[in-house]
Amino acid sequence: MSVHHHVSDELLLDYANGSLSEGWSIAVATHLALCPHCRKRLSAMEATAGAMIESLEPEPPQASDADTSWQAMRARLEADKVGNRGQSIADKPASAAPKFAEVPVLPEPLRSYLGKDIDGLKWKPLGRGAYHIKIKTGDVDTSVRLLRIPAGKPVPEHSHGGRELTLVLKGSFYDGQGRFARGDLEEADQDVEHQPIADEGEDCICLAVTDAPLRFKSRLVRLVQPILGI
Amino acid sequence: MKSKTEDMSCFLAAVARERDVEAFETLFRHYGPRVKAYMARQTRDQQAAEELMQETMMVVWNKAALFDPSRGNVSAWIFTIARNLRVSAYRKQNRPEFDPNDPAFVPEDVMPADQELESRQEADRLHKAMRQLPKEQLDLLQRSFFHEIPHSALAKEFDLPLGTVKSRIRMAFAKLRAALDDSQGGDR
Repeated sequence: MSVHHHVSDELLLDYANGSLSEGWSIAVATHLALCPHCRKRLSAMEATAGAMIESLEPEPPQASDADTSWQAMRARLEADKVGNRGQSIADKPASAAPKFAEVPVLPEPLRSYLGKDIDGLKWKPLGRGAYHIKIKTGDVDTSVRLLRIPAGKPVPEHSHGGRELTLVLKGSFYDGQGRFARGDLEEADQDVEHQPIADEGEDCICLAVTDAPLRFKSRLVRLVQPILGI
Repeated sequence: MKSKTEDMSCFLAAVARERDVEAFETLFRHYGPRVKAYMARQTRDQQAAEELMQETMMVVWNKAALFDPSRGNVSAWIFTIARNLRVSAYRKQNRPEFDPNDPAFVPEDVMPADQELESRQEADRLHKAMRQLPKEQLDLLQRSFFHEIPHSALAKEFDLPLGTVKSRIRMAFAKLRAALDDSQGGDR
């Protein structure tokens, strides 16, 4: 299994520099967990940032300031030693991660947001056999949801008020241009109008992050949109 | 003569192995002022910048044993620590990250035989490639990393169409990645 649709350079850069807000970052970080290729790209960006830090001109160096700064650091090291005598990172007991008989469908960091893997999640009906679950984050500017689209069925046709990230976790869909399966990330913006259709065989589960409520094309769907909370 | 990057990873290894305070002082005197300068790009408050720098170096001291040369060089690692502290200091949000110990995590297929040597050589090639980037691309990347600005905001700031910003970012990283991949192409 390998991932075919990757995060764009500009979005990955926003993640690398720390400016990408929490909602979008869940999709990017979960894609990274499934995609060694993009982790390598992230490393290249972080190496670039490291090289830039290396070449930063520090404030006019004053020997006395540097010494004061080091003395303060030194004092903290001493205090730390007394506080954690004999304890180092290596001594920490390995965290008791829950055991999984199979590979979880939801990788970290996403799984922690739901508290468990897909078994036993409380899906809410979205109409036409589709289900969703809203995911709470500290980021009010995005809406983060898990979607479950029945095999062979379309997601209601829509265009976007803004950016939308869709990360496939199980099953696959075809959006008219390409096939998206586990690990694939689709980046769409307001210029894109697409109709993803879940492939036959199994339900498609994906993570969907948007920055504005979706505008559905059908008046009927638009009418019930506030009621469904999508 | 050893390169600076190489020296720094030796000092960090000594901190990890023996809790070597002298080695740490060398790291501190080299990276401290640079990390402070990075912090000062976000805040004008010199005291706050100094405090965040000290926090960063404290993490370096405590987590030296977790530094993994296969995932990048020392300055890249210190950047990630500084960035995460800056994000949590100025934005009350989590920064979600993948977990390499997660059973769902998909690991790399192949690991190069000598990761450490590899990453030192990569650092040298990266520096060279950065010096050759057009100024307009380098400026964007610097602004992006130091000031934590999303690419859409960079477009406004530089008064450029969004598409131009995207393509400059893509061109810059295409060149930097090509420089990093060089050895593999050459040896095999």
